[in-house]
Amino acid sequence: MRVSGSGVPLLAVLALAAAPSAAQDSQFAKYQKMTAEGSPVELFELAGEDLWKKKQGPKKASLEKCDLGKGPGVLKGAYAALPRYFKDVDRVMDAETRMLHCMMTLQGRDRKEALKRPFGNADKPSEMEYLSAYVAGQSRGHKLNPGTSHAKEKESYALGKKLFYVRTGLWDFSCTSCHGVEGKRIRMSELPVLSNPKAARPLMATWPAYRVSNSTFKTMQWRINNCYRQMRTPEPNFGSEVVNAVNMFLTVTAKGETYRGPGTKR
Amino acid sequence: MMTKWMLGAGFAALVLSPLAVAEPTDREVQQAMKRDFHAKGQAGMDRLEQDAVQRVCTATNGKPPEALAKSLEADQFKTIPFPTGSLIGNWKNGAKIAWGGRGMQWHEDPKKPSDGGCYNCHEASPLRPSAGTIGPSLKGFGKVRGSSPEMQKYVYGKIYNAKAYNLCSDMPRFGHTGSLTDAQIRDLVAYLLDPTSPVNK
Amino acid sequence: MAGPMKMRATLGSGFTDVRVLMTHPMATEQQTKGKPHFIQSITVKVNGKTAVESQTSQAVSRNPVFSFRLKGGAKGDKIEVSWLDNKGETNNTETAVA
Repeated sequence: MRVSGSGVPLLAVLALAAAPSAAQDSQFAKYQKMTAEGSPVELFELAGEDLWKKKQGPKKASLEKCDLGKGPGVLKGAYAALPRYFKDVDRVMDAETRMLHCMMTLQGRDRKEALKRPFGNADKPSEMEYLSAYVAGQSRGHKLNPGTSHAKEKESYALGKKLFYVRTGLWDFSCTSCHGVEGKRIRMSELPVLSNPKAARPLMATWPAYRVSNSTFKTMQWRINNCYRQMRTPEPNFGSEVVNAVNMFLTVTAKGETYRGPGTKR
Repeated sequence: MMTKWMLGAGFAALVLSPLAVAEPTDREVQQAMKRDFHAKGQAGMDRLEQDAVQRVCTATNGKPPEALAKSLEADQFKTIPFPTGSLIGNWKNGAKIAWGGRGMQWHEDPKKPSDGGCYNCHEASPLRPSAGTIGPSLKGFGKVRGSSPEMQKYVYGKIYNAKAYNLCSDMPRFGHTGSLTDAQIRDLVAYLLDPTSPVNK
Repeated sequence: MAGPMKMRATLGSGFTDVRVLMTHPMATEQQTKGKPHFIQSITVKVNGKTAVESQTSQAVSRNPVFSFRLKGGAKGDKIEVSWLDNKGETNNTETAVA
């Protein structure tokens, strides 16, 4: 059985060359629809569920009692209500930061060991990626509702908003260098203006996601990390205030959107 | 009277906004970044040190007052080491440098030459439809503008240090940062200006 | 150890649509520099009887999804899909037609 590969992308490219903006919408939308059908996302959710329930670490415990903000073990809607402030650690955490916390406290694992490999690859996805898929999937249908009332949540949002516009790194980029003007592309990838709710909503409703170009599942910590890499800065710390602030800014901008579950991206 | 009204509106916005909290200062943001990033591979923490261009463009949100912009652009221009003689290299090499997108990232080998990544943002040769639209189209650049010594100097300078011509441009300073070599920039000048380059066909 | 496999079988009017997601690297000879690892055959059984036998090649990409439309079928019919790869590894899953 052969799978024809080259036909559609070429067609998409020719159509784009012919009529830039009108054709652009429909061709991108068509591609997104095509990749969503038969996406391996479900496989990651299933594997994530197994990992969530697996007894690990010195305490030989699973993550089933992890409190993601709605109480120990409550998963329904938890992802959609992150990032938020957690009293027990007196800071704002996103899903991955909180799961790391649970790995350390519930499972007794060392932070360094648990974070040895936060981002995986197609041959070997990371624990965090599988878990993120499962946890995020449990928020399907819930409205995005990150924390906005606690002082630290407000600070996180304010920091994230500033970070969005800071010119930094070897090449003087800010997030707005790419995500600042409507209707632009980087090569053949659409660039949504993420500070605009209209653009942020459908995107934050579908991250984390299976990324076709990587043949594997990618999370928000990865996405922000990878943006900074392309901005030619040094590496941001996993689960740091800066990374979580950017995530907070994006999620608050998308607030109210119904979360669709882990998506499929190019 | 006008001031009172403005103050009133500002105060109202602050009080009524559900997310009202003091915005961190540019300095505080820089401190947060220094705290939350770490050096990796070829990307050292020095890359987070903002120079005048980055500081001004951040503080003014990309719209600095004209006099300040002109003065800082002039400062940048002074640092460009324009070579003497023809600035047109080999467009065939230039084509590869323009199309490639690698270089200067923390996971990359610093010993390998960097690419220009031009197609990330610019359209150029009609043979390359997979081009970005962040920057203006460069199609037919040399055909339209010719390849006089002044034009060669302009293109060389723009690639070496785009901020010398437009202070808050989103275009990286490829020469200034050591990302592209003098020879590579000349090859890109050729790619844009050489009449036999596909850009000008 | 094979990764998860997930299948859905839905009854239509006079047919049954089967969709199965498989975890597999589907690595080509070129990608692996001479050590390809890919699913070679897929078998579909309905109530224990073989309905589809297919041979697949390296051209199929990682974590493939396969859709079949079977003639007929009834609610509750047992569909079983199994695969065998070029290293002799197998995996299978079954579901009832909904």
